[in-house]
Amino acid sequence: MAEDHHIIPVWFFVGVILFLYGLLILGSGIYQVSHPPATVLAHLRPALWWGGLLAIIGVIYIYLFRPRKS
Amino acid sequence: MNSLMLPLGLLLFVSPDPSDTSRKIISLNPVDYAIVAIYFVMVLGIGFYLKRYTKSGEGFFLAGREMTAWVAGLSFISANLGALELMGWAAATYQYGILAAHWYWIGAIPAILFLGLVMMPFYYISKTHSVPGYLKLRYGESARGLAAVMFALMTLFMAGIDMYAMALVMKVVLGWDINFSIWVSAMTVAVYVALGGLFSAIFNEVLQFFLIWLGALLIPILGLIETGGWSGLVARIHQNFPQGDFTHLWGPMSSFADNPMGIHWTGIVFGLGWVISFGYWTTDFLVVQRVIAAKDIRAAKMAPIIGSYFKMAVPFIVILPGLLALAVLPFHLVPESAVGPGQHSYNEVLPLMLARYCGPGLLGLGITALIAGFMSGMAGNVSAFATVWTYDVYRPFIRKIASDAHYVKMGRWCIIIGVLISIGTAYLVMEFKSIMDYVQALFSFFIAPLFGTVLLGMLWKRVTPAAGFWGLLAGTVSSITMWAIVKADHNMLAYIALSPNAKDMAENMYRALWSWLICVIVTVAVTAFTKPKPVGELTGLVYGCTELPSEGHLPLWKRPIFWAVISATLFVILQMIFW
Repeated sequence: MAEDHHIIPVWFFVGVILFLYGLLILGSGIYQVSHPPATVLAHLRPALWWGGLLAIIGVIYIYLFRPRKS
Repeated sequence: MNSLMLPLGLLLFVSPDPSDTSRKIISLNPVDYAIVAIYFVMVLGIGFYLKRYTKSGEGFFLAGREMTAWVAGLSFISANLGALELMGWAAATYQYGILAAHWYWIGAIPAILFLGLVMMPFYYISKTHSVPGYLKLRYGESARGLAAVMFALMTLFMAGIDMYAMALVMKVVLGWDINFSIWVSAMTVAVYVALGGLFSAIFNEVLQFFLIWLGALLIPILGLIETGGWSGLVARIHQNFPQGDFTHLWGPMSSFADNPMGIHWTGIVFGLGWVISFGYWTTDFLVVQRVIAAKDIRAAKMAPIIGSYFKMAVPFIVILPGLLALAVLPFHLVPESAVGPGQHSYNEVLPLMLARYCGPGLLGLGITALIAGFMSGMAGNVSAFATVWTYDVYRPFIRKIASDAHYVKMGRWCIIIGVLISIGTAYLVMEFKSIMDYVQALFSFFIAPLFGTVLLGMLWKRVTPAAGFWGLLAGTVSSITMWAIVKADHNMLAYIALSPNAKDMAENMYRALWSWLICVIVTVAVTAFTKPKPVGELTGLVYGCTELPSEGHLPLWKRPIFWAVISATLFVILQMIFW
């Protein structure tokens, strides 16, 4: 979409925000290994693997849809 | 209580009554605030970035008509993922069980597929900028004016509902003052949509789509782990609520008295599945606008079909959390009007489940998902309102001749003014006992008769301009009249919904059905006595007068019908699994 105007693809913005969120949540998850939150199933470390997943998806989207000079 | 006075990091689930200290309190971590803040910066940044591409009317109101099928399809679904979808249906699931899934499946999928396969070609080929715009081409100025005014009213009410729900979440989860929440969310939406128009709304809706899914998905995943899967979930619900059937879609619908919704299967199939659903998904410009912005006719047909798959999956992040709440929460939720000290209302079910499973970081993501859902719904409403007001009210009735730049400027102002008006409607919504029932009432006022008018206009070339107008007017007036009669005397519900055991939700279904029928009957009757348009004027507007592009040269997997059949098959399988 919008290639005619060289607009940055929406998927790139998706990648950026997922990557940032992934880093923050992953960092939080690492901290929670030693300071687990008082939530149900906290022992499964959801922040750790969910943050990692978001960061990976974010990186893939950033790479695939990065702005390029045409 | 103004919780903005609380220091960051203090906790959540603040009661509206400051003396009530018995509610669960959760600490928010700075990382959660960072996640929410990044979201606001991102959506505003996208608005500023896209402003340069929306200087023309086509760019501002229709995003240049260059969206791919995927972007238009995700935006189509995301614009519908507003307050209703997230808070309302999770709450409704806690009340009614899996019956709430009817609004996602029979109440959406057939209509979405019908839009993609049958109606989109006419919307697209006619090059209309809006649904009222189509009525102008098909029936003339009077039908367009009536539909535009009705749509504008409904849109602002809907935006008000989104704002109210948003403020409710902020109150319950963040402890923010309800008035402050309404103004912050509304102004953010006003800024990014006023800057980037439909471009900005669509970009942000796609972004929000990802956030909603990735933010809400952990609740059902962790919930099913906790309950030991679906069978464990069902067993726990039966244990906690032995008197009700919360896990079957059609079984309890053989009579009004057998299900908590108080509705018969005929109401669901004909009222919801036919009139309300088809009316909403095929004629509500809020969603149709996203598809009209597609880059070509194949993309316009594929967009709703792509959307149908995601719509079918939304119950996983909305209905399932409601069911999980029935299974795992150690206390029972109550209606909003009956909340006492230490109790929580149905409307709080999603935030409660979020708090149950999500620690710092994930909690911020989940809250951002909720905020994103609310803002996408609100943005959808105001962008559609701006288009209809500018092109279907202002231009034809107030200022017929002006430059393109003038109309774009008017569109930007309308977004600001529309947001302010909907803030007023948010305060009105607070007076209603249930968000869901109220919205259903709105749908049946306007959407059901409009569906009759558009459908007849597209499929029957004999329908006359006068018939279109009078049918639409008669259907709308009859709907409002039925609603007013039941309000004045609740015993009348038994006649409108055909049973003394019917409840409010059933009334909405049947009122929609009757108003649609009245619209169709009046339209057909007036057509018999008035003069139709010449066939030459119906080219591109009506089935039988329009040459539709062939898809025969495309490989099977690229044809919209192929993906529509798969979607329809999945829909049927889901009905059988949860029958």
